[in-house]
Amino acid sequence: MDEILSLDHITFTYSPDEPNVKNAVEDVSFTVHEGEWIAIVGHNGSGKSTIARLMNGLLFPQQGTIKVMNEPLTEENLWEIRSQMGMVFQNPDNQFVGATVQDDVAFALENNGIPYKEMVKRVHEALQQVKMDQLLNHEPQHLSGGQKQRVAIAGALALKPRLLILDEATSMLDPQGRAEVLATVQALREETGLTVLSITHDLEEAILADRMLFMNGGEKFAEGTPSEIFALGDQLLDLGLDLPFAMKLTKLLKQDGVELQGEHMTEEELVNDLWTSNFKK
Amino acid sequence: MMEKMIFGRFMPGDSFVHKLDPRSKLLFVFAFIFIVFFANNPVTYAGLLVFALLVIFVSRIKLYFLINGLKPVIILMVFTFLLHIFFTKEGNPIFEWKFIHVYEEGLRQGIFISIRFLVLVFMTSILTLTTSPISITDGLEVLLNPFKKLKLPVHELALMMSISLRFIPTLMDETDKIMKAQMARGSDISTGPIKERVKAVVPLLVPLFVSAFKRAEDLATAMEVRGYRGGEGRTRYRQLKWDGKDTLAMILLVAMTALLITLRS
Repeated sequence: MDEILSLDHITFTYSPDEPNVKNAVEDVSFTVHEGEWIAIVGHNGSGKSTIARLMNGLLFPQQGTIKVMNEPLTEENLWEIRSQMGMVFQNPDNQFVGATVQDDVAFALENNGIPYKEMVKRVHEALQQVKMDQLLNHEPQHLSGGQKQRVAIAGALALKPRLLILDEATSMLDPQGRAEVLATVQALREETGLTVLSITHDLEEAILADRMLFMNGGEKFAEGTPSEIFALGDQLLDLGLDLPFAMKLTKLLKQDGVELQGEHMTEEELVNDLWTSNFKK
Repeated sequence: MMEKMIFGRFMPGDSFVHKLDPRSKLLFVFAFIFIVFFANNPVTYAGLLVFALLVIFVSRIKLYFLINGLKPVIILMVFTFLLHIFFTKEGNPIFEWKFIHVYEEGLRQGIFISIRFLVLVFMTSILTLTTSPISITDGLEVLLNPFKKLKLPVHELALMMSISLRFIPTLMDETDKIMKAQMARGSDISTGPIKERVKAVVPLLVPLFVSAFKRAEDLATAMEVRGYRGGEGRTRYRQLKWDGKDTLAMILLVAMTALLITLRS
């Protein structure tokens, strides 16, 4: 598997002149491989959004190197690297640049000087991928939050990026919009094998990832598959992170003496275990 | 009240005028503003008026809708008309009553100025009514391109305009939300003496500005991440198409100018 992105002992502080202020990111290393879905979780102020900004050169670390496609990120190759990373931000309104859906998707293409014919093709393809091709000429004020975020994803996809970064992309959406966006990302991964890095505090979203990175106070606290991370149980609760609903329920059921096999991260698993639990006796 | 206002409003449609390229429409209206001043006798003024009415007819915008929407302008027009009637004292007197003296020349001037005014307002309104703001921006960007040589930041201006247009509804929603939030806290904007009302606007403006700055910052970041680095080397997704209709409009403009120059006295 190819390496898409690697952070090597990254340290970053917003106020380098004041030694007493704690670093926003402290000695963080991790690698993202092609085709993976990585989730970075942590409560507010854990440094997870700073990491996103470091990855595409909105900020530069004081120590350590960031490599994208095995190339160190520098001021010189910044724009080229940005064109290979799509990023979707938190607020659906504040990242919609174009007057209509198709104009917005085309924005990054225009910036990169893609010829007109190719642009039209890519805009339509990208909108099809997020199932927004029916709303080509809609203006942003007539779209729901979930639809706007899907347009933002299409805008990123149009450049055919190697990596899609979702920086709390679902946190301002209603449950329906959140489900829409997550379903879109899942479908994209199935179809194209896109590498996704999502920064989130929504644990239901993090469960979908292949690997989780748990940040606390600017440091990497734990890394592993979602089941490994959630197995930490009470430690997570102490650090201000909740457990997914199904896991909490499993825990409580076990306390009440219901016999269940192992931990369950999704409701479906739990339900399956529950309705078969009597057969196993 | 807002529904009736037609300044800067866009009425989508598919008439001949709607389908014209924004560049040809802008050029036409811009040139028209100048050639209106060629008219100086009844024939030429009548010609201008007939032409403007024809354009309105072709654009399929209802005349009464236009006049209804232009009420404030028409009041201004009547005012200038009256000024001319009462204060121009040339030619033969045609009407006298107590201290009011109306002279031939005054009436003449009054009618001419009113027609000039009306025709200009009609034409510019037709431009904004039949062209979406974003097309006007595109058209202006292309037309102003030569001024880049004079260091006029044409691309940046056009981008500023299109982003402002894009954010008008967003900020309107926001204003509405803040207004309701302040009302829920007991602030009253719609009643009381003017001084009180102005004071009540402050708690509305402050949060609105704070959020607008926040949005601007977010937007700038999002644009940077999506590879925006100025107008250099950018391609355009919205293409402007100049076709036969636009050439026709230009020919019409030249013909009109020639006609006005020949018919003027």
